[in-house]
Amino acid sequence: MFSFLVRRILATIPVMVVVALFVFSLLFVAPGDPAAVIAGDQATPEQVERIRQSLGLDRPFLVQFSDWAWRLLHADLGRSIFTNLPVTTMIAQRIEPTLSLMTITLLFSIIVAVPVGVLAAWKAGTWIDRLVMGFAVLGFSVPVFVVGYLLAYFIALELEWLPVQGYTPIARGLWPWLENLILPAIALGFAYIALIARITRAAMLEVLQQDYIRTARAKGLAQTPVLFIHALKNASIPIVTVIGIGVALLIGGAVVTESVFAIPGLGRLTVDAILRRDYPVIQGIVLLFSFVYVLVNLAVDLIYTLIDPRIRY
Amino acid sequence: MNPPPADAVSAAAPALPDLWPPVKVRRGFTGFLRRHPTVAIGGALLLVMVFIAVFAPYLGTVDPTTLATSRRTRPPSAAAWFGTDMLGRDIYSRVLYGARVSLTVGFSVAILASLTGLLIGLVSGMVRWADGFIMRVMDGLMSIPSILLAIALMALTRGSIGNVILAITIAEIPRVSRLVRSVVLSLREQPYVDAAIAAGTRTPLIILRHILPNTVAPMTVQATYICASAMIIEAILSFIGAGVPPIIPSWGNIMADGRALWQAKPFIVFFPAVFLSLTVLAVNLLGDGLRDALDPRLAKAP
Repeated sequence: MFSFLVRRILATIPVMVVVALFVFSLLFVAPGDPAAVIAGDQATPEQVERIRQSLGLDRPFLVQFSDWAWRLLHADLGRSIFTNLPVTTMIAQRIEPTLSLMTITLLFSIIVAVPVGVLAAWKAGTWIDRLVMGFAVLGFSVPVFVVGYLLAYFIALELEWLPVQGYTPIARGLWPWLENLILPAIALGFAYIALIARITRAAMLEVLQQDYIRTARAKGLAQTPVLFIHALKNASIPIVTVIGIGVALLIGGAVVTESVFAIPGLGRLTVDAILRRDYPVIQGIVLLFSFVYVLVNLAVDLIYTLIDPRIRY
Repeated sequence: MNPPPADAVSAAAPALPDLWPPVKVRRGFTGFLRRHPTVAIGGALLLVMVFIAVFAPYLGTVDPTTLATSRRTRPPSAAAWFGTDMLGRDIYSRVLYGARVSLTVGFSVAILASLTGLLIGLVSGMVRWADGFIMRVMDGLMSIPSILLAIALMALTRGSIGNVILAITIAEIPRVSRLVRSVVLSLREQPYVDAAIAAGTRTPLIILRHILPNTVAPMTVQATYICASAMIIEAILSFIGAGVPPIIPSWGNIMADGRALWQAKPFIVFFPAVFLSLTVLAVNLLGDGLRDALDPRLAKAP
């Protein structure tokens, strides 16, 4: 078990290296002159040259990359072109709202989607199943900002049940914090719930046809333990996998959700950085999120071995 | 008693019941659509959108970039069906022209990502020594959430439809190449491919005759999902200001224009949102229907 852990953790290193190398080389493969694009149309040649120097674009690729990678290993993501603050400081200031939003969405989505998927598989072919599957297609099709605006307009603006926009730090109390995150979490979780529910249904349909389920029913077990203990446990590998893969949806969606609900998190930071063409900030955020995504999927692989002792690498 | 003659026995035996009552399967295109209503619904909806995009100038629209400062943010009326935006531009015209951007991006990304992914997947599946390297690169690319990858690319280039297509294509390639690779790897184990190799068929011919035809079905389905995802990513990029230039009416741009005013004038955001959702829904329905139609094993599942 221990050697597996070590090998699995070591296996993430090449992936992270490829991510870092790719995000870094974007500056070089991008068509046109990135320094000129970042400086904007009104920039003087001197300004362009200063940006070229601050990005290190005036030195050979390998020198720059090794320099950049060395600083990256010391958790130094460089400085923002616009504010001249270290990127790590800017990220640290904005991370709490994003982390809160994503955690709430993750928990909420799993709690809703898994039972709904189980229900759809149990009632396969009935109107309940069709309703769930119809909702799933809708969940994939309605973009996150559309759901966000609909919720904000009807629930917050018309019905006034919840605050329309903004964020309250958790330090100011649990309910004020949660109150601001409910609508964004539903909007962000919409596609994610659809994804998890659909996979849960498919996995459950397959497991429910197996002999041991018939045995469990034949010996008189009630429906609920059969579904949630016997069947769900064996259907959980694809479900856990898709929960991990779907985190990419949450990360991408968070950028937009934060814009719709005016949450001052990493998504807002990204959007502001795009408008100012502040590439070091964008680079830092992309790297951070990609590493988080790799770690989430590492965790998923480790959870496999807890769910199913037969899985050994 | 004499046994009855042989022919009498067969004459007396009752006719066997038809275990499988003959099912009339309608052949041809209409039959296919009847058996797969989701394909029909999704396809029809998508055709409507294509029609709108192609014939946008003839559907009672005005120039979508005409400014009219005297009629700003008018609510929907008989004169301006979907109202006007902050600069007095006609939202109905902008939304109809916006279909062009969305569909162009969606279709282009689907085609480009499929072809590039097919090539990379074929190389990865057929050339053993290149496989490990290519797949590590694809793993790395897939670890960057596609919207973020597109954002990073767009931050470095000037906003244009071509660059948006390029950025989303790069983000979508790994998924296609992985799919193609897995198909190729499973086909390599098939006896008929072994037989072709044993018969001395050259590799290019094996690829052309035995491998490529089998990638068409899964790739078609994948391409529809990529098209849907590309349209959503384009709208998101434009919405946050990293997509097509603001002068071009795209659904994301129209929503970005309406963002500041959405509480007071929700119609500016509402109409492009509806069109975007309907188009993505159409493509997704088409994809789901094609998946069931092209993979009979899935269709049998209840």
